[in-house]
Amino acid sequence: MVASGIAPAVAMLISIVVFAGASMVAAAQLLASNTPALLVVLTTLFINLRFMMYSASLRLHFGREPLGWRLLMAYLQADNVYGLTVMRYADKPDTPGERDFFMGAAIVVWLAWQLAVAAGILIGAGVPASWRLEFAAPLAFIAMTIPLLRDRAMVGAAIVAGLTVVASNTLPFKLSIPLAALAGIGAGLALERK
Amino acid sequence: MSIWFTVLGMALVTYALRASFLLLPPHVDTPPLLRRALRYVPAAVLTAIWAPEVVLSPGYEQLAAGAVAIAVAWRWRRTFATIVAGLAALHLFHWLL
Repeated sequence: MVASGIAPAVAMLISIVVFAGASMVAAAQLLASNTPALLVVLTTLFINLRFMMYSASLRLHFGREPLGWRLLMAYLQADNVYGLTVMRYADKPDTPGERDFFMGAAIVVWLAWQLAVAAGILIGAGVPASWRLEFAAPLAFIAMTIPLLRDRAMVGAAIVAGLTVVASNTLPFKLSIPLAALAGIGAGLALERK
Repeated sequence: MSIWFTVLGMALVTYALRASFLLLPPHVDTPPLLRRALRYVPAAVLTAIWAPEVVLSPGYEQLAAGAVAIAVAWRWRRTFATIVAGLAALHLFHWLL
C-alpha cells in the first residue's frame, strides 16, 4: 500500500480498522490510480461479500453467544480463521461452537497479520521479490480447501466455482468472486444426494 | 481528505458484512435452504480466491506448483507442508521451464 503512495500510518490504520487483506490490496491499486472514494468502497463491498456468508455460517455455531462476544467475533472474522473453524465442525453442522477455539485462532491470526503488515510497511522492499512469498497466500487457501472436498457435492462446488472465477475474471470490481461463489453453491446444492 | 472517507467507508462496509447474520437474535431460524447452501460457501469462496492466482498467472510454473500443492494437501492435509511444497515447486518449475 505504501508503495502505491499511501502514508505508512494510514496503511496501518486501514489494516486495523478494515482487517481484510484482499480488499486492501485492491484498494491500494485503485487509490494509486486516483479512483473516486465511492468506487473504492464499492469494490471493498464486493470483495468482502464473502464475509456475509461466513457470518451466516458461523451463526450456526456461535449465534447464541452474548452480543458483546458476537460483535467482537464479527470483527475478527478472516478467511483462515473461518477455514479453521469450519474444518473443526465439518462433520457436526449444528453443534454449538467453542468460543475459546474461535477466539484463540482469531487472536493469533489477527496479531500475526498486523505484525506482518507492520513489517511489510517497515521493511517493504527489503524482502527480495525473487523469493516469491506472495504465492504463499493462494497455497494457504489451497491447503484449506482440499480437506473440505469429502463428497461429490463439495467437489462440484469447488470445481464450478474455480471454472466460473477463471471464466469471469475480466469482470470489473472483482465481481468474479461473488459470481463464482454463487455458481459453486448452486452446483453443490444441485449435486446433493437427496 | 477523501482518503479518510475511503478508510471509513471500507471499515463500515466490511464490518457490516461480517456482523450481518451473527447479530440476528438466536430465536430467528436460519432457513433450511440457506443452511444447506452455507455448507458449500467455504469450498466455493476459497477456491474462487486461489484459482485465478494459480490458473491465470503468466507462465506455467504457478499452475504446476498449484498442482503439486493440491496433491500434497490431498495426501497429507497439512497446511504448512502444502505451502512449503508449493513454494519449492514454484521455484523448481521456474528453473526448469
